[in-house]
Amino acid sequence: MYEFVSGPLVWIAFIIFIGGSLYRIYYMLSNSKKETVVFPHMSLEHSLASLVHWVIPFNNQYMRKRPIFTIVSFAFHICLVFTPIFLLAHVILLDESWNISWWSLPEGVADWMTIIVIAGCIFFLYRRLTDPVVKNVTDGSDYLLLAITALPFITGFIAYHQLFAYKTILIVHILAGEIMLIAIPFTRLSHMLFFVFTRAYFGSEQGHVKHSKDW
Amino acid sequence: MKPTIVKREPVVDDALDHCATKLTPEQIEKVVNEVIDKETGGRLWTYVNTCIHCGLCAEACQWYLSNDRDVSYAPVTKVKDTIWVMLEKKGKVDAAFIKRCSEIAHTECNVCRRCGMYCPFGIDIAYMMMVVRRICAKLEMVPLYLQDTVHSHAATMNQMWVKPDEWIDTLQWQEEEGQGYVPSARLPLEKEGAEVMYSVIGPEPKFLAQLLGNITAIMKVANIDWTMPATAGWDNSNMAMYSGDFEVMARVERLHYETAQRLKVKKIVMGECGHAFRGAEYDGPTWMGWMRPPIPLIHAISFYYDLIISGRIKIAKKAEGPITVQDPCNVIRNAGLGKKLRYIMNAVCENFVDVTPNDRHNYCCNAGGGVINVGPPWKKKRVQGNRIKAEQFKRTGAHTIVTPCHNCHSGIEDIVNTYKLGMHVKFFSEILIEAMEIPEDLQP
Repeated sequence: MYEFVSGPLVWIAFIIFIGGSLYRIYYMLSNSKKETVVFPHMSLEHSLASLVHWVIPFNNQYMRKRPIFTIVSFAFHICLVFTPIFLLAHVILLDESWNISWWSLPEGVADWMTIIVIAGCIFFLYRRLTDPVVKNVTDGSDYLLLAITALPFITGFIAYHQLFAYKTILIVHILAGEIMLIAIPFTRLSHMLFFVFTRAYFGSEQGHVKHSKDW
Repeated sequence: MKPTIVKREPVVDDALDHCATKLTPEQIEKVVNEVIDKETGGRLWTYVNTCIHCGLCAEACQWYLSNDRDVSYAPVTKVKDTIWVMLEKKGKVDAAFIKRCSEIAHTECNVCRRCGMYCPFGIDIAYMMMVVRRICAKLEMVPLYLQDTVHSHAATMNQMWVKPDEWIDTLQWQEEEGQGYVPSARLPLEKEGAEVMYSVIGPEPKFLAQLLGNITAIMKVANIDWTMPATAGWDNSNMAMYSGDFEVMARVERLHYETAQRLKVKKIVMGECGHAFRGAEYDGPTWMGWMRPPIPLIHAISFYYDLIISGRIKIAKKAEGPITVQDPCNVIRNAGLGKKLRYIMNAVCENFVDVTPNDRHNYCCNAGGGVINVGPPWKKKRVQGNRIKAEQFKRTGAHTIVTPCHNCHSGIEDIVNTYKLGMHVKFFSEILIEAMEIPEDLQP
């Protein structure tokens, strides 16, 4: 079982993740070509301006108005993306298989980053259950997406600390990671792929066409 | 997903009530899918697949904030209750649903684009509401009063059923009014090759004719070579853009520009109106594939800014007392004229008090986006839906609110009256005409 999930399934997951992502981006771009406005409105300068104001914490008015949400969501997303890439265990695995490696996070830091991701998921779950606006637009898929996001980190945390049933948890952890990779292009987790494009377009329309700003 | 709990006082709208009874499921399905398949593309698809249902857009909406944070007014709810269902059910929705869609898109959203600015992804929710309006319009589900203005556009090419002789008559009458300020002022009709064609919206000749007299005097003092058309094509307003009838919208915009081309003017200067600017500058040209106006279009704010900063108009006596301003969404947030507006306000006011939030972050007047044009049946909801605007103005302590937009002007007047703010609502030109210096050789 371990050989399967850590061998062929990893390949399958990455192929679907990368292939699926490319396909979805291609689909978005080709669909946008059908519209008269999208491409003629694009401007590199204003796309970058929009991104700069929305990927730096507290760099726009709305983020300053909601400090807690801003801190949580930035911490969550930064840890979510960087922990798996720079985790020592992952780097070692890669080194063993392909003989390539890169810088890795100190283990204690990675542990805390994992906790931040899990805490972030709990925060978002709490919002979904309590904030009336969010609750009203939440359905099963939203909880599922949260679960898909949280599971690799929860199982990773348990596996790292070898709290119980190490071998089983490890298999579940790898599986959970693969499910997440596969889910990214085909669910609303694809906001990871589309963020740059939606921001770039809105920034361009606001800045280039409407001579205003979007932050 | 559970349906949204919607609590509203029942409103009788003869068009919506009557047309809903005639809709068939086949017709609805066909139109919904036709619009979504043929008229939308990457944007709608990406927006729906990117929205993570975080609800951050709610804080942007004056409807939501003014109605004690009623969830059913949150922008994301408006998308949920319209587009999401249409996409999920592939257009298999009933007449009652379409009626609710029209109520949401036409009477509870001003397409002011504030929520787009508050979405972490920059999802343009107002655009999605315009898609909903488009679907409703193609199903003839448009509130009565709004549809009437569209009919007026289609039949007369102006918004208010102004007849050709009435138009010319009004201009000549207002030329005389302008001469009350500056005896040598003229309102030149059909002057070919003039530098500027001045265009206005239907309500100006209909019930705000004094604004035409004002501009007559202002143009003379500024010594501008200008003209106005004596034919249809003078109206730059466009309610068809807001009903979703883009075919009529395109006819109106095309005639407006063709009239300017016939007169061989160098640019069009338009009166103080936000939605008209949006239609002529953006929605019209993009729908027709021009992308940009064929002749430069200048909003009154920019025009007055140029006149004041270049010294063509000098200020003799600034308006007294605290005066505040309403930033019209379609020329501030969506056209970037906020700084210029503040410059001209400071130039003519002794004590200009800014609002908070201001500039592109300002709240919509709640009348824009065609919401005031849906008429008296919906007025109560509209005014109640902008309590925060009343509170915002109250905090300024001003005696006058300047609204460089017709929709804002009417909407803010309703708010001032309902919430008993005791403030005057004026156009910028009304302040300017009193404040500007009339050179000695032009004085009566």
